[in-house]
Amino acid sequence: MTAETTSPALVTLEIDGRDVAVPEGSTILDACRRIGSDQPTMCWASTLTPVNVCRVCVVEVEGSRALVPSCSRRVEEGMVVRTDSEAVRHARKVVFELLASAVDLSLVDDSIRAWMAEYGCEPERFGPAAPPSDDRDRRQAGHHRRPTGETAETVHQPVKVDNPLYVRDYSKCILCYKCVQACGPEAQNTFAISVAGRGFDARISTEFDVPLPQSACVYCGNCIAVCPTEALMFRSEYELRQAGMWDPDRQEVVTTICSYCGVGCNLELHVQDNRIVKVTSPDDHSVTRGNLCIKGRFGYEYVQESDEPTPIDEVLARARADS
Amino acid sequence: MDLKLIGAEATEAEKAAIASAVPEALTVEVPGRVVRIRRDLRHYLLPAIDAVQSAVGWVSPGAVDEIARRLQVPPAEVYGVASFYALVSTEPRPPTVAHVCNDIACGPDLAAALGDRDDVVESPCLGQCDRRPAVFLQRAGTDDVVLAHATPDAVLAALDGDVGDDTPGFVSPGPLLARVGNVDPSSLPDYRAAGGYEALAKAIEMGPEAVIDEIVASNLRGRGGAAFPTGLKWRGAAGQPGPRYVICNADESEPGTFKDRVVMEGDPFAVVEALTIAGLTVGAEQGYIYIRGEYPLAQRRLAHAIAEARRAGLLGDDVMGSGERFDIEIRRGQGAYICGEETALFASIEGYRGEPRQKPPFPTVAGLFGRPTVVNNVETLINVPRILLEGGAAYAATGTEDSPGTRLFCLSGNVARPGVYELESGTTLREAVEAAGGVPEEIPYLLLGGAAGSLVGSDHWGMPLTFEDSRAAGVTLGSGVIMAFSASTDMREVVRRIAQFFRDESCGQCVPCRIGTVRVEEAIARANGAVDRRLIDDLDRAMKAASICGLGHTASSVVKSAIELGIL
Repeated sequence: MTAETTSPALVTLEIDGRDVAVPEGSTILDACRRIGSDQPTMCWASTLTPVNVCRVCVVEVEGSRALVPSCSRRVEEGMVVRTDSEAVRHARKVVFELLASAVDLSLVDDSIRAWMAEYGCEPERFGPAAPPSDDRDRRQAGHHRRPTGETAETVHQPVKVDNPLYVRDYSKCILCYKCVQACGPEAQNTFAISVAGRGFDARISTEFDVPLPQSACVYCGNCIAVCPTEALMFRSEYELRQAGMWDPDRQEVVTTICSYCGVGCNLELHVQDNRIVKVTSPDDHSVTRGNLCIKGRFGYEYVQESDEPTPIDEVLARARADS
Repeated sequence: MDLKLIGAEATEAEKAAIASAVPEALTVEVPGRVVRIRRDLRHYLLPAIDAVQSAVGWVSPGAVDEIARRLQVPPAEVYGVASFYALVSTEPRPPTVAHVCNDIACGPDLAAALGDRDDVVESPCLGQCDRRPAVFLQRAGTDDVVLAHATPDAVLAALDGDVGDDTPGFVSPGPLLARVGNVDPSSLPDYRAAGGYEALAKAIEMGPEAVIDEIVASNLRGRGGAAFPTGLKWRGAAGQPGPRYVICNADESEPGTFKDRVVMEGDPFAVVEALTIAGLTVGAEQGYIYIRGEYPLAQRRLAHAIAEARRAGLLGDDVMGSGERFDIEIRRGQGAYICGEETALFASIEGYRGEPRQKPPFPTVAGLFGRPTVVNNVETLINVPRILLEGGAAYAATGTEDSPGTRLFCLSGNVARPGVYELESGTTLREAVEAAGGVPEEIPYLLLGGAAGSLVGSDHWGMPLTFEDSRAAGVTLGSGVIMAFSASTDMREVVRRIAQFFRDESCGQCVPCRIGTVRVEEAIARANGAVDRRLIDDLDRAMKAASICGLGHTASSVVKSAIELGIL
């Protein structure tokens, strides 16, 4: 094949007994996908550098004592990988159980729920969830209250609603680092948020937990776009959910191009009852890679001026008035 | 970088402290803005945080703004790094704070006697187990100090500024510790008169290749716990393109471990000389000593030794007339066990949160600042001068075949003379404990290797203290901890405290360790009688298999050993 002489060198490895050849520099996850072998991921995103922290994608590599994260580990010639061994299934099961026992996963993708069912996860075996706490943003590294063992500690805490555009519900945060990457060097270069604290008390935070309007946040919404658990949510979606009106089944997605400047960002307008309720951009779009600015993300009100406010308008107007 | 600051003004004291940690020439200011900042200032972040914490006792919004402005690091990231460390407070607190050890050697009594005060906080092991109970006094605006053999009254007096004299612990020396307690640790001439710097002179004469050959021939293995052959590590880094770095890992934080402190306090020039040899050998121009913040005396003595060596031309642009450049900087940790993990240590020096990263790549290929780096702990390094002076082959002939040389053991707990014992490799556990005045019949359990090691019972008394024998017995010597318990020790409480330790010290990055350590501690707290073995087994297996670094891999090993011994 002549095409091979101009392509990057190929690396051949074995995954679950099947040979696969992928370009040098590919990850094990890339190679798995090449042969249609799906692996669970939570902190991985196609647009971001893998941080390999959630550990749900771990696989067995022959010769390696511990399991390795498939999202970040580069393939090597002759590598022998197992994605469904007892060790892999056990580690993934427990990791999912740990996450589900500590974090509200009610809005994660269905595929994650399917994986948890596949591995037979029983997060309740760690005990009943502890009540929410309101001091997670002030905990000192290296210190914690001694547990009684009667309940399982969680990250449950009050929702942060401090601005008209975003809601941060860190009870749903699995600490995947994606929002920090998107806010920082991998997309927006705004650096409004970082991981603060340590251990189980680590959390996503602005400096001294100041409200977003006092932080460096520019409301691009790129953190929301990468959040895998909807811990970060558009205010519009949040308010409609609170009002019991959020209904993805009744939403259609209209693709258009942002009219504000000449960059040409693709917009996906999520429309429910003839009202724009959310704006996204495709991850695989050559211009945006899923990212937008505040104008493309939130500056859509002018296209839906109306004398007759709809129920959706009323809910959102009330929320605006409250903030 | 276009930074949005908090808008808080730093006090003059905060500004002065930060200025002292960040080299002046790096910022150029015109009214209203800062211009022409040299890049790569990030690695001054930890020293800047340390300076503010040390000067005023906490890191305020004004201080965060000032650090952010000078280093061009976003305030959220300054806060993210500051809040990672146990010795750094991001809320106001009293200028003097007593960190009272309530870990397994010191026990809970002193902290309990002091009660609930805003200037007293509980602390994990302070590395003073030979002089228990211990207190670390963090004192804003003046030197931090350690109180050994502390009483409640002594702590209260110290909080009022009245600190008594420091008495060193017991040392049983061999060839490595020959100078400790016998040679003035502040005198370079005395160090040289006692054989100091002969090894560096010899290393320069031999050249890097020959030095590495000797280290390889000596079969020296790392004393930090992983037992990696030191010579191979050096050869690996030396073969990579420069610039390269060498680091002395002095972040000794494994509960029960205090040997490196004793070396640094008692023979600081040896550490400086050994790191200089490492630097010249692997072709590094810059070395770092990363020392835990709770070791103020060791830090002061090392700083003095480095200054003296520099003045004598033993560090600097032309080390001992070799024509080679090498210098050493001290970086003070701020209370984070995880920063002893080498990749977390890099992140900490670089000014990021002390979070380990996945290996490979290994440090000898991509370490500090992404460059080839050799990391050796203090004990490993001070073997190097001995090897060069005696010859690799002669060194290899001492101890046992797979574990040549001597090892420093930290004997503490139920023994008459706790201290650092330098013992020939191959000494049995019984001999080591008896050397410290321990009576095996009165010691039902021992902790070997630290909190990341394991508990053992009486069936291990005959085990020779070597890598190979400990491995065969399914235990680890780790950092050389041998802690003896008595029949009256509440062993369940020991295990619980270790679980608490890992819950506190996990960096929080990966799920198995971040949440798994919480669940292990809860399972022990919950246990009325026997623990849920299946649950602990499941957690242990998942943490070992899926965690990013060694902390998660070993966090439940003591708990597992306690179950096997019937303690839990």
